[in-house]
Amino acid sequence: MRRPISIYGLTFSMPLLIWQLLFFVFPLGFLVALSFWTVKNFAMRPDFDPVNWVTIYSRPVFWQAYGTTFALAAAAAVLASVLAFPAAYAIAFKLSDRARRWAVFLMVIPFFTSYLVRVYSWQIFLSDAGIVNVLLGKIGLGPFPMLNTVGATMVGYLTLSLPLVILLQLFSLVFIDRTLIEAAHNLRCGRLRTVFEVVIPSARVGLVIAALFCFILTFGDFVSPVYLGGGDPTTLSILITDTTKSGQQWPRAAVIALTMIGTLLIVAFAAVRFAYAGQAKGGKK
Amino acid sequence: MTKNHALAQGLRRRSFLTAGAALLATPMLSRRAFAAPVEMTMLAWYGHAEPDMVAEFEAENNVKFVPKYYTGGDNMLGLISQSPAGTFDVILSDAEYVQQLNAAGYIEALDPADYAFDEFFPEFQKFPGHWDGDTLYSVITRFGFLGVAYNTDALTEAEASTYNVFWDPKLTGKVGHFDWHLPNLGQMSLLTGNKIPYDIDAAAWDAVKAKTLSLRPQVGGFFDYGGTFSSLNDGQMLAFAGIGDWITGTLEKNGAKVRSVIPEEGGLQWTESFSIGKGSSKADLAKKWIQYVTSAKGQAKSANMAAYPAMVPNQKGWEVLNAENPTEAKRQNMVLGQTNAMDMIRSGRIQYRQLPIQQDLETWNDFWSEYKGA
Repeated sequence: MRRPISIYGLTFSMPLLIWQLLFFVFPLGFLVALSFWTVKNFAMRPDFDPVNWVTIYSRPVFWQAYGTTFALAAAAAVLASVLAFPAAYAIAFKLSDRARRWAVFLMVIPFFTSYLVRVYSWQIFLSDAGIVNVLLGKIGLGPFPMLNTVGATMVGYLTLSLPLVILLQLFSLVFIDRTLIEAAHNLRCGRLRTVFEVVIPSARVGLVIAALFCFILTFGDFVSPVYLGGGDPTTLSILITDTTKSGQQWPRAAVIALTMIGTLLIVAFAAVRFAYAGQAKGGKK
Repeated sequence: MTKNHALAQGLRRRSFLTAGAALLATPMLSRRAFAAPVEMTMLAWYGHAEPDMVAEFEAENNVKFVPKYYTGGDNMLGLISQSPAGTFDVILSDAEYVQQLNAAGYIEALDPADYAFDEFFPEFQKFPGHWDGDTLYSVITRFGFLGVAYNTDALTEAEASTYNVFWDPKLTGKVGHFDWHLPNLGQMSLLTGNKIPYDIDAAAWDAVKAKTLSLRPQVGGFFDYGGTFSSLNDGQMLAFAGIGDWITGTLEKNGAKVRSVIPEEGGLQWTESFSIGKGSSKADLAKKWIQYVTSAKGQAKSANMAAYPAMVPNQKGWEVLNAENPTEAKRQNMVLGQTNAMDMIRSGRIQYRQLPIQQDLETWNDFWSEYKGA
């Protein structure tokens, strides 16, 4: 039976609704409208012309940047998930409560410092004359070009997302019903098999959401591709700045931004659907 | 206690009243010193409203600059177009954008008689783009050259004296671009033999594109303002296109092994000029600032600006700089009475950076994006 909407309930839900309207729905609506505006002599004019969509979607460089950005973000999500899982697993199952609290605290500490500062500090490590190459040089190796490469961009992406992915995985793992793990062990299920057959399926929602957050953060990131990747290859965030940098083409930049938002919505819905798919089946059983 | 009592007795009524009146009047007498400074907004490249440039003017005029810094002409136009009229009192612009500012009605007309144009080199007295007919809209304050920036450990000046050095195999992956199409493609246009690099026909434009694309395998990255500084400073990039002494001069003065040279194919000239924002309520103060910064004293200060050095158009400014800081004057080739930077302009080795004439700006920009993605 549906409950009538009470003033009490509205009082608490309205701020969220107003917030969403003011800072998501209205700006998004404006972005959509902006994508149909035209630009003449550096001045934007309200219009309803699909020329920006046609222009952007007909440019090979856009699709190239789109593919690059999607692939890099997907790779970051997979890499961050794989690297984070052993850490999250160890913190969840191997550490004492006190040590676990410290580990969580340590995972939060990186967020005390600006992401931009952390990325800039990586330049000191990764440049040709940087700390890593100097150390390698002491054992007769290198120097290896690391800065201004895709690998360096990935390091930046992990700097941004890895602590968060570990935390999200951790919160998912600590809530796993330990009796399931004990049952698996009692049934002579090996440790590794328990991880794959019991732990991962039980924490699936959290693991997928963690990967999704990594994808979302890195898909729109501008800092790492520019300051660690040297702007090469071009990602969508770089393409947006390129587009606005010349001739005030904000409407075209809006097309790119809307395409990114659309992509993230599709990926998010698909990921959530995948995450909860098994649970829905389980519920029917 | 006894001493205080004696002092109180010694004070006569008249002297007490006189001292009291003086005490009460003190705030009125020093009212100017206590008045809150007038805030003036400046839209400019980074550095122009920093203390080394504005502190003296602020103190003399009880003004406080509130800067809004931008990174490029389009960024500047965007900031103005998104702000109400009168938001910015003074606006610094590169020459190629002054006409856009004027066409959009963002800047006020100026009276040429207010400024010391007679002290300027003749080339800068009626600078193209700053005037609409006989109406002045902007006063040039600084300029510089763009050529080949290079690491002095990796290249000699002779090696760097041609844009062809960017294709040198030893620079593979070590050529950086300042991420703006206009200076980079202008340099490629000079390299392909276009005397006026921004006024080229379709065939010449195709040649510029082909030449530029052939450089792509050599490129190690595309950098913004900060990235350009750091990649040159730490030796990550050994040669750079699209910049000049405005970047390398700052680094060189701080000990980095980088320099800029104008190659045999010629160089480009950038300029910066001040305008008064349309609707400014402090137009008189803005005028006073432009007079100050284009005066001999202001020009010497501007040439040695901490954020990035530049040459100045006021000859008397050169004289002051040579008297106060001969090392910097020599470093910037601004010594009067001998071959200097002005001779490079007069001999035709330097061309103005400007917006493309026979192509749309977006044509150049779109190609630049394609080049980056290639």
